[in-house]
Amino acid sequence: MQNKKSLVARLNAVNEYEQEAIPGNKLKGWRSFLGTYAGEHTAGTEFVIGPLFVAHGASAIDLVTGLILGNILAVLSWAFLTAKIAVKTRVTLYFLLEKIAGKQFTLIYNLVNAGLFCFLAGAMIAVAATAVGIPFDMTMPQLTDVYPNNVGWVTTVFVVGAVTTVIAMFGFDQVSKFAMVAAPWMIMVFIAAALAVLPRLGVTEVGSFWSVAESTIWTGVPLEGQSKFGFWHILFFAWFCNMAMHIGMADLSLLRYAKKWQYGFSSATGVFLGHFVAWIASGILYSLFLIESEGSLTFAPGPIAYSAVGVAGAACVVIAGWTTANPTLYRAGLAIQSINPKWKTWKVTLLVGLFTTIAACFPALVMMLLEFVALYGLILMPVGAVIFIDVYLLEKMGLKPNYAAQMGISLNWSVALTWTVTLIFCLLLNLVVGIEIFFLGLPGWFVAVLIYIVSSKFIQRK
Amino acid sequence: MKLLLKTISFLGLGLNIVPAILVFGAYMSPDTCKLLMLIGTVLWFGTAPSWMNKDKAAQVEEE
Repeated sequence: MQNKKSLVARLNAVNEYEQEAIPGNKLKGWRSFLGTYAGEHTAGTEFVIGPLFVAHGASAIDLVTGLILGNILAVLSWAFLTAKIAVKTRVTLYFLLEKIAGKQFTLIYNLVNAGLFCFLAGAMIAVAATAVGIPFDMTMPQLTDVYPNNVGWVTTVFVVGAVTTVIAMFGFDQVSKFAMVAAPWMIMVFIAAALAVLPRLGVTEVGSFWSVAESTIWTGVPLEGQSKFGFWHILFFAWFCNMAMHIGMADLSLLRYAKKWQYGFSSATGVFLGHFVAWIASGILYSLFLIESEGSLTFAPGPIAYSAVGVAGAACVVIAGWTTANPTLYRAGLAIQSINPKWKTWKVTLLVGLFTTIAACFPALVMMLLEFVALYGLILMPVGAVIFIDVYLLEKMGLKPNYAAQMGISLNWSVALTWTVTLIFCLLLNLVVGIEIFFLGLPGWFVAVLIYIVSSKFIQRK
Repeated sequence: MKLLLKTISFLGLGLNIVPAILVFGAYMSPDTCKLLMLIGTVLWFGTAPSWMNKDKAAQVEEE
């Protein structure tokens, strides 16, 4: 009983400054961000995204050049957009949005946001479950699976989900510590796994890697039923796969702890280790699996990593899944908690964890990850554009920033209009013009900026 | 003590990459590599949390 009380007391004591600016003595050093970004972006998703590039027929040269340029653009977005605003305001996205858009809009946005975070965390839990299930000879999911189809899978997902949720309930500090420790090891395992299987692909010396890469690993030919990915697909995917975090401003929650805006550049550790080295490594592993299994439809990162480097590989899949699922669950908890600040963060995270675990039971979440990641960024992007304009431009234009807070209104129609019209515009671009989802973020951002400026002028002057 | 822990940690990290390089160069069998990587993983997670988190706390205090 005493233990139970002290646990609840500890959980209640978790204070993440959701509804106030971060006090000066709570700011974190650059090493904290290096570790967090490296851990967060060397994740379970990397075991899925790298292989999906192979499945979509990316060529070796398109992959390497597209990833380098796309990742540079992502880092610049984190530093010049997110980090600058985070350091200037020191508050979470949700708190800032409430001042700009009002409580009603924030409520809807938070629900959408939390739902998307849950699905992303769910995909991580599912990826980790493919490794946890190895000793139990669990039936692994197939590329074509949509619904959960065996008890072993559901049980394993629930065990992984429960552990992930408990860790997330203890807040950012615990997550950060875990990511810091795991990050260097995960990178080593990713690289080691790829190196160890290269001889099985016919690479016996460094000089022969590129020719094997072009002819055997990234052949430029998509698998049957998969669309073809070229240079621009890779570039835009690398740039926008974390669009919700940088351009969409979700990482204000993380970077508000930074002493200087330049700490935004620490995201480079995440993207160049996770979204370059790890995607290439996991692509190599999947390519070998396709060759040795003669085109099997099984899509399970756990067994693939286990086959390459044994228990360490399987452990890497589990831990990589956790280090992304944990902060994502934490963010989802923050999103829901901001609806009612009186709710305890840990109780909200517990509920969010349960929903996430149920979602993780559906293998489609993993198989459609590229499309989901692009959609997730796109849906949250217009709010990032609104915040950018509100912080930097509105006052200079003689308009009121933080309009909802200044006017005491619960819904700023400029923001609601911006969000809705931008997403309708992107949907039309996709359905009518046929532009793929990976490319919609860029025109969408400019449309969001334009609509917010025009609608703010109209509504505020009225 | 801290130096010893750090040394063991980096030895563990090394055991996660060096054997794979040796497999690539055909100097080691994949099975030996898998065993050494497991040992390296245990060494890393058994020692790194004790000094990494302390270093982090000290760094925050300094700043």
